[in-house]
Amino acid sequence: MPRDILNSKEINKTITRITHEIIEKNKDINKICLVGIQRGGVLLAKRLASQLESVTGHKTEVGALDIALYRDDIYIKEEQPIVRSTDIPFSISDKTVLLVDDVLFTGRSIRAAMDALVDFGRPARIQLAVLIDRGHRELPIRPDYVGKNIPTSFNDRVEVNIDDKNSSEDSVKIIYAV
Amino acid sequence: MLESKDLLGIKELSADDIYHVLETSDGFMDVLRRDIKKVPPLRGKTVVSLFYEPSTRTRTSFTLAAKRLSADIVNFSLSSSSIVKGESIQDTALTIQALGADFVIIRHASSGVPHSLSRLLNISVINAGDGANEHPTQALLDLFTIRAHKKKIEGLNVAIIGDIAHSRVAKSNIYALTKLGANVKVICPPTLMPVEIGQLGVEVHHSIEDGIKKADVVMTLRLQLERQSKGFLPSLKEYFNLYGLTSERLKLAKKDAIVMHPGPMNRGVEIASDVADGPQSVILEQVTNGIAVRMAVLYLLSGVKE
Repeated sequence: MPRDILNSKEINKTITRITHEIIEKNKDINKICLVGIQRGGVLLAKRLASQLESVTGHKTEVGALDIALYRDDIYIKEEQPIVRSTDIPFSISDKTVLLVDDVLFTGRSIRAAMDALVDFGRPARIQLAVLIDRGHRELPIRPDYVGKNIPTSFNDRVEVNIDDKNSSEDSVKIIYAV
Repeated sequence: MLESKDLLGIKELSADDIYHVLETSDGFMDVLRRDIKKVPPLRGKTVVSLFYEPSTRTRTSFTLAAKRLSADIVNFSLSSSSIVKGESIQDTALTIQALGADFVIIRHASSGVPHSLSRLLNISVINAGDGANEHPTQALLDLFTIRAHKKKIEGLNVAIIGDIAHSRVAKSNIYALTKLGANVKVICPPTLMPVEIGQLGVEVHHSIEDGIKKADVVMTLRLQLERQSKGFLPSLKEYFNLYGLTSERLKLAKKDAIVMHPGPMNRGVEIASDVADGPQSVILEQVTNGIAVRMAVLYLLSGVKE
């Protein structure tokens, strides 16, 4: 049984709030770049970048990061994860890299993403923004910006449907395990 | 998504399998464009290459592919191993498995050797060329290169010129291209046409001028000089006069046709130097793409559980 958590309007409001938190926390907005984790994180990163631009007038760079090759469950899973494109067309060295993902769960994706990032350079710092934090962390990882905390049980699924622009179809649903 | 632990030939793959390898290769091309060209998915895995025939590019390409995936690779070479002491290929292969390898990459002058090793071993077997049968990773990298330039494979006119009978590259490419819906035309002297050509679903031409017309892709093959002592051809000069790819002949193909060659090239035998180095040539790109495609093959096979 799915249950709606956020509708399109609420998602947009949440992204606006996170944008302002990012500006508040980072004095020098020029030093920030966004890196989204494939695939949901990339769309969210693009949304954040366009809101950051409309608020500050500064165009923030956005990259896409695929973490398939850095996962720690690569020998456990039945099938190799699909390798998607990684596209970070700028230097991340000495930047504040804002890592963006749609759902934060065990934290293992974020660990993989940080491993992947350091192969591209040495960022000054890495921050983490997520739309949904559903708990059940298995690693000592904590987000800097959270859209919404939702309680889940381990086997539930959280489904985020967003686009790179505001769309009335956007939604966040939780699908309970039976 | 690959079903088998081994890559024995294109014949055994479906069109979906081929597309899956090509799409995965895109991700590895991204890795090769970075400053740090190394990723960790094959950490702790061991790859052994076992080449009973000489090779520079395939072996180097596989070695780099394995290293960039963080695997350990050991090269068994013909002259410095027990092969010269008379050890059978089965015993050599079982030894490699007992040493703890996860992959064996095999090249052999006889067709079917990788297939027999595949039944003997539990580890993954990758065919790097078996006799005149197949050279699957070459065909996959050729398709990857074609797709990079033409955005699709289906419906393209592909002319393959050269020694089809002795060429495993031609065989693998014919299987792959026809599975993906390309129109394949093979061009070669009657003496170098394999007897089973009628069953391969390709158009046969003995005149290069006829076969090359309107081609999107012109693939030349190496004339296997080591196999030419048996009287298939009157002379290399005559072969170049009749079947060599010259700039005049290339004009009969489409304006934006690409020229491919699996290497090593015999300049002035199957291809003129000005064509090989010309603006339509993608021969060196094929080499670069080969690493990404072989990384994709190793990565995908490492996920197959039997």
